[in-house]
Amino acid sequence: MTALLELTDVEARYGPVHVLHGVSLAVEEGSIVAVLGPNGAGKTTTLRAVSGTVRRSGRIVFAGRSLGRLGPDGVARLGVAHVPEGRGTFSELTVSENLRLGAYTRRGSIHPELERVFSYFPWLSERRRQQAGTLSGGEQQMLALARAFVLRPRLLLLDEPSLGLAPVLVAELFRIVRELNEKEGLTVLVVEQNAHLALQAAHAGYVLEAGRVVLAGTSEELQSDDSVRRSYLGY
Amino acid sequence: MATAESSPRPTFRSRGTDVGSFPVVVVLLVAAAAFLLVGSLRSVTFAQLTVQGLALGAVYGSLALALVLVYRATRVINFAQGELAMATTYIAWQLVQWGLSYWEAFFATLGIAFVLGLVLEIVLIRPVLHRSEIAAVIVTVGLFILVDGVVNWLWGGGFKSLPPPFGTKIYHVGGVAIARLYVGMIVVVLVSVVLVWVLFRFTKLGLGMRAAAIRPAEAALVGVRVDRMLAIGWGLATVLGAVAGLMAAPSQYILDPTLMQPILVYAFAAAVLGGLESPAGAVVGGLIIGVTLNLIVQYVPAITSELQLPFAFAVLIVVLLIKPSGLFGHREVRRV
Amino acid sequence: MSRLPALVSLLVVAGVLAVLPFLLSAYNVSLVAQVGIFFIGVLGLNILTGYTGQISIGHGAFMAIGGYTTAVLSRDHNTNLVVTMLAAFALCFVFGVLVGLPALRFSGVYLALVTFALAVSVPQLPLKWSKFLGGRDGVQTSRTVSHVWLYGVAWAASAILFVLAWLILRGRVGRAFRAVRDSEIAAVASGVELPVYKTLAFGISAAYAGVAGSLFVLATNGFAAPDEFSIVLSLQLLVGAAVAGLGSLWGILAGAAFVGLLPSVSTSVPVIGSDHGRDVVFGAAVILVMLLLPGGFAGLLARIRRLARA
Repeated sequence: MTALLELTDVEARYGPVHVLHGVSLAVEEGSIVAVLGPNGAGKTTTLRAVSGTVRRSGRIVFAGRSLGRLGPDGVARLGVAHVPEGRGTFSELTVSENLRLGAYTRRGSIHPELERVFSYFPWLSERRRQQAGTLSGGEQQMLALARAFVLRPRLLLLDEPSLGLAPVLVAELFRIVRELNEKEGLTVLVVEQNAHLALQAAHAGYVLEAGRVVLAGTSEELQSDDSVRRSYLGY
Repeated sequence: MATAESSPRPTFRSRGTDVGSFPVVVVLLVAAAAFLLVGSLRSVTFAQLTVQGLALGAVYGSLALALVLVYRATRVINFAQGELAMATTYIAWQLVQWGLSYWEAFFATLGIAFVLGLVLEIVLIRPVLHRSEIAAVIVTVGLFILVDGVVNWLWGGGFKSLPPPFGTKIYHVGGVAIARLYVGMIVVVLVSVVLVWVLFRFTKLGLGMRAAAIRPAEAALVGVRVDRMLAIGWGLATVLGAVAGLMAAPSQYILDPTLMQPILVYAFAAAVLGGLESPAGAVVGGLIIGVTLNLIVQYVPAITSELQLPFAFAVLIVVLLIKPSGLFGHREVRRV
Repeated sequence: MSRLPALVSLLVVAGVLAVLPFLLSAYNVSLVAQVGIFFIGVLGLNILTGYTGQISIGHGAFMAIGGYTTAVLSRDHNTNLVVTMLAAFALCFVFGVLVGLPALRFSGVYLALVTFALAVSVPQLPLKWSKFLGGRDGVQTSRTVSHVWLYGVAWAASAILFVLAWLILRGRVGRAFRAVRDSEIAAVASGVELPVYKTLAFGISAAYAGVAGSLFVLATNGFAAPDEFSIVLSLQLLVGAAVAGLGSLWGILAGAAFVGLLPSVSTSVPVIGSDHGRDVVFGAAVILVMLLLPGGFAGLLARIRRLARA
């Protein structure tokens, strides 16, 4: 079975600085895949390579299509939703406007889509008119996730969702992600510092170090791997 | 909070709401409006000056709004905004010479202005946007000189005037003589501003433009074509500038290439007064400057009409020193 | 700029300049003198903009102050003209620091607006204090100078001020300036006192503009009047600095020549003819340079050198 997303020997750079030195990974449809690794390993850059927000080379194939030449808006139109590090909510806009932006690539009414989103995030419904910048960090992260989900993307790229969030909120977030995965078949590629949480939620994972994949496997395999346990799981 | 990927904005990045000063500003504005009303009821001269001030202020506000739109979208202060507005009035004049009626020429010019702004952003501004602020400033300065030269070259010399858009009728309301022109100026600008507001608040395009201005990187992630939004922003701004120019021209009777130069200064002052990030502020700022200048020249002997420009500058400097974010701006984030 | 090529450059330039007055007509000599005046102004602005990243569209105001200093001292005390230039340097340095202090609060666009306001407002001041500063009619120096004198003094001053700038920029001050430009945050972290250096940069650039202003007045028959110091002057300095790019003698010469010569030269080209044609050419040239040469002429030179080495 061909994977929904497949990276082959992807290199990426910020100006003269090369960050990814040939990353290869695959994400099966309907699965949650985690990307782990230390700071500066290139985890965020990997997601950016997929969404086209960084200069990259190598093969990136999504649902049979090469993403090579596409910019971020083109990738978004194909059904890839990227929730960036730091959430990327539009603080000056209202909750409702943020959600409407999630549906930007769709013409016409999005009422049923919004209703479905509200069913997963009921509290958002009450805050429609509130300015996104006045929400708490955790609420903004949920809003970002909700926005990504409005058009039922085929692939969700989630960058460091737990950053700066209280553990309770992080647990809730991952619960919702798993629910979306199980009920709606959402495929997720998540970059996470918190390896423990990530491997609990994910089906498979990759470990990145210095711009290269050093380890890959199912989440069980990774959780029982010695080096992973020592470096990332703390025992 | 911003990632390396999201736009590296310079020092005055707004964050969330600053509810603190907003009520104060509203109170001040209401008080000012009351003052104007009372004064107008008590003195015919005062009323006439106020109406004229509002009409001129509407023009300043329109140009100021153009400046703010461009600034919000591309972080560039377009020093050539006034000259572009002036150029479009000459284009309108030319269309009238070729047989169009005033209003046909008016709307045709708006269309031309939109395309002009679009093209300028794509050809001149986009290439330098990512370099330095200085480069963009210089390009607009060069554009200022270029447009000025082109207009003078093509149309310079000789008396030219546009037919009066609203006729020469004068209304008499309770002893106060109000030129239909002034009413027309206020109405046209107000309609344009409202249309722009509706565009931004209620349409998908407007939402995309706002998102592209606030956070271009994240906007791209949801599928907004940021480049296109910026170009449209410039097109829209040039249209607003054209409205300002076309409304300013009749009040000066003779078309003159220096028409918009003082108005650009007033527009700068208005935009800063209202807050460079605030479209509403630009319009309100324009009205304030228009009325204030008119009244001050009349009632404060020390300030004669030649001192209007320096007065506007004084306003600019004072606002920048006391509250750089202007009346409606958000609290800035200062670094270092 | 490494040592030997720089020295050679300097000698070549000095040599050419020494010879030119004998080869050119009087009109052209005064044109080249004008380039020298812009050289000083552009050099000063380059220190401010290029090295500490602060935009100023207001240095014409400092030129005005310098110019009026020369005119008034000459008119009232018959002071030696070169001495008035020194006075202009000192006075404008002080004013530059005075402006630089509040300017610390602004950056980018806001600073551009403030300096823009300055550029338009300062030349209006003589209208207010017309007794001392001559009002609309201006101030006349007690003597005028020949174009050869102007040429010689302008380029001599350019040379001296260039060496001065070079000395400043290679030392601790220069390093501090560069640190400020590259990253204010990092500069502060490494102990650079931002306000001191940013204000210093303003002062120095203003002093240079002041000297340029003195020479400017002398170039226009010793006549200092508000109309001479319009916003256009500030724009010319800024354009010159941008076209020059950073860190190259040739760049600054190119920038000064661009602003000082292009308008006059293009007027004499038959097709272009009028003043307006000149503006079209100049405006278009400015835009083209900014689009095609991101680093100004200095950047172009650096690219050529890199290509030559490869």
